[in-house]
Amino acid sequence: MTVSLSIRFLILFSLLLLASCRDQDGEFARTREKRDQPVELVLLEDGRPHPAVLAEDQTVTRGNGEEPQTLDPHQAEGVPSANILRDLFEGLTTEAPDGDIIPGAAIRWNISRDARTYTFYLRRDMLWSNGDAVTADDFVFSLRRAASPETASSSATMLLPIQNAREVLADELPVEDLGIALLDEYTLQITLTGPTPYFLGLLTHPVAYPVNRRNLDEFGDEFSRPGKLVSNGAYVLGNWTHRVSVELKKNPLYREAENTTIERVIYLPIEDVSVEVTRFRSGALDWTNEVPNNQFAWLQRNYTDELVISPWMGSYFFGFNLEVEPFVQNPELRQALIFAIDRQIITDKVTRFGEQPSFALVPPGVEDYIPFVPEYADWTQEHRNEEARRLYELAGYSDENPLRIEIRYNTSENHKKIALAIASMWKQVLGVNTSLVNEEFRVFLQNRQQKVITRVFRAGWISDYNDPYSFLELFRTGDRRNDYGYSNSIFDAVLDEVSTERIRARRSRLMFEAERVLLTDFAIIPIYTYVTKRLVDQHLKGWQNNVMDHHLTRYMYKLKSRKAEATARQEEEAARQEEEAARQEEETAGQEEETAGQEEETAGQEEETAARETAVQEDEQ
Amino acid sequence: MRQEGILQHSASRLLGLIPTLLVLITIAFFLIRLAPGGPFDGEKILPPEIKANLDVKYHLDEPLIKQYFRYLGQIITLDFGPSFQYKDWTVNELIARGFPVSLTIGGLAMLLAFFLGTLIGIIAAMRQNTAADYSLMGVAMLGISIPNFVVAPLLILLVAVYAGWLPAGGWDWSVQRMVLPVITLALPAIAYIARLTRGSMIEILHSNYIRTARAKGLPEHLVIRRHALKPALLPVISFMGPATAALITGSVVIERIYSIPGLGSYFVQGALNRDYTLVMGVVVFYGVIIILLNFIVDILYAWMNPRIRYNEAQ
Repeated sequence: MTVSLSIRFLILFSLLLLASCRDQDGEFARTREKRDQPVELVLLEDGRPHPAVLAEDQTVTRGNGEEPQTLDPHQAEGVPSANILRDLFEGLTTEAPDGDIIPGAAIRWNISRDARTYTFYLRRDMLWSNGDAVTADDFVFSLRRAASPETASSSATMLLPIQNAREVLADELPVEDLGIALLDEYTLQITLTGPTPYFLGLLTHPVAYPVNRRNLDEFGDEFSRPGKLVSNGAYVLGNWTHRVSVELKKNPLYREAENTTIERVIYLPIEDVSVEVTRFRSGALDWTNEVPNNQFAWLQRNYTDELVISPWMGSYFFGFNLEVEPFVQNPELRQALIFAIDRQIITDKVTRFGEQPSFALVPPGVEDYIPFVPEYADWTQEHRNEEARRLYELAGYSDENPLRIEIRYNTSENHKKIALAIASMWKQVLGVNTSLVNEEFRVFLQNRQQKVITRVFRAGWISDYNDPYSFLELFRTGDRRNDYGYSNSIFDAVLDEVSTERIRARRSRLMFEAERVLLTDFAIIPIYTYVTKRLVDQHLKGWQNNVMDHHLTRYMYKLKSRKAEATARQEEEAARQEEEAARQEEETAGQEEETAGQEEETAGQEEETAARETAVQEDEQ
Repeated sequence: MRQEGILQHSASRLLGLIPTLLVLITIAFFLIRLAPGGPFDGEKILPPEIKANLDVKYHLDEPLIKQYFRYLGQIITLDFGPSFQYKDWTVNELIARGFPVSLTIGGLAMLLAFFLGTLIGIIAAMRQNTAADYSLMGVAMLGISIPNFVVAPLLILLVAVYAGWLPAGGWDWSVQRMVLPVITLALPAIAYIARLTRGSMIEILHSNYIRTARAKGLPEHLVIRRHALKPALLPVISFMGPATAALITGSVVIERIYSIPGLGSYFVQGALNRDYTLVMGVVVFYGVIIILLNFIVDILYAWMNPRIRYNEAQ
């Protein structure tokens, strides 16, 4: 007993050790699990997949980060909720697989000459999942609900371009004064405070989705729960077990139901990225929300086909506190600090995730916009380092009198590594003495906002909509998000012009000008632009990379696996052979009757039949 | 007479629960409010109009002391209020969903740990200073020292990814999904209990009354079962009170790695998100469980240890 127990423990322990060795990869042969390969994709003329290549079970399981906060579209904030709501609901506009804004509940729209009035013409055949018709009144009701102070929606920020939205939210005007008018049963008009070229994109945000009035009347605050929620999108809510899964079922009443292939979507909240990878590897996930940075090299080698990296609508940078010394009126020093960082090393050796080194604020891939690229972006790093040293001295610092500075960031492995890299580059190139301070997220945010103890700090922005303005307005004088203390009247004036400019090309040039002003003031330390990174099972197709990282499940479909097809073919073959055998047996039986008298011949034939029967049995096996 | 003593003792202990809880609630309530930042602060700062609406909705616009008494009033009716983070659910619902899961996993782990741990401990004590004793205690030491955030991923990799015997995580109340988390959770407790049992067992086996029992010719297994086991388990029992409380209220690490919807994550997530109501709810709940379990341990102690008598009648 004793011995067997201790042996069992020893075995367990050595197995654990073995497992840990294996995972370091290379030495132990089996690092890559054998994953099924899909059959080749065959498309029909309309771009949909040929039914013969589709898997029988059209269920997709998507890793979704954190537990969704709520499925009330007007209360929702955060990516996990939005991912699910995009499948459940459809706003006036919606997104194509590549992120283009396309007609949703509205089949077309007119925009007035001053770009302030939008008239939407709704589809007349759109239904709610309870059978009600989706009408213009639903949208008026829903947008008012979203903007109502009573709802207290934190995403209502997205509605601010609508006329009177600010006053309604502040409870200064009744909700009826919101700039939305019902023209007839299927037409509505939205008036904006100023031209907002990205407004059609804002309408794809959950806060602009319609909710069913009858549903809300019936269940009140509990309307967003499973078994109760009525939606108008491609899917309806099935089960929702808190922190286990959210399951959606195909909505048979959806306008595109016959072109929707995936029957069931399962969203799994998995907060830990390493855990997500493990579950992907065990075959429990088709789509991960992210992948951990520290496993990147390994995944790149072993999951080359599954690893998907694509540009995202976000910039990672560090900020200066321009309200305190040494950064007030000291562009040379700021410039030196910006120049002395080798971004290529940060993205290649530190983050290693295909992030693009950046010298600007607005990420590439933003619609109608070419980001400003400063001249020094094309220099070699040696050149920049030299220039940095010259400017550093110009600012009055030297080896004898080095700059002592602090970098502050919120606790995270990634921020820490980058801050460390920056500190060592500053030390090497300029001789700056940097100390690192990490803080819990909300403490960090508060310090950043107060602009008193911060010097250099971690910053960054991921935009909710596809427009450079979202990045630039952070630096407007007095903006509550301006934790940098940046203030330049020229910059502000250009931004004012942007917000009233109606012509897209001119507006885009103005924003380019604003970004140029900001960057030639050396107000931030650009590091890189974000990418999305995830593992996607090769059977799952129909989605495309896009900068917003919005992927509606209704475009996806799952291919048959080669193995499954081979098994199916084998089964078919076996069935055919069985039939054949049965037929032969009948024949033999007939022959036997015929040859009842001719005993000499039958003996041989019987042997033959027996042999055939054995063959058949073997086949069956 | 002795029964009465225990009853009286229990009643006063139960009454003592209330002031303890009140102190706990008060400290927790003000401590979480002291932490910088609030539930609606984020990198994307809300416009003041929207922030004001949210504050009104959750009564955050009131003076803190008023909020405190409002909260006390709520607690008396056992209403923990709505969660700030998970807006579709109340804290009561979240606890009602999370606790059964944590209780199952933690309870099973504790049972496993108790039986396996005492068994190993007794065996080691009976063969004191033999190879069996050393190897068992060596393994137990490992069990205590290897943290569960190392054991859990290794078990998943080995059993779920490579072998494919069990699912890698997730939750649906099936036995397959419970095996790995229960084992991971039980391992350190098994090790700890084994060491405790071994230590006290050795001590007792050397005491006079055991020598007497042996001297009158009682077989060794009966000596252990009738005379040594109960007193030897006393330190284990007192360890099990708080340990059970810790296990059944959920472990953040285990819950994260195995994706289990237990109570543990609410505590950490709630604190990080400044989800005031959720943190308070979990703290109060945790407090009640700990106090109750300590109380149960006291009673068990009195029953098991003849040296302790409460209010012994004169």
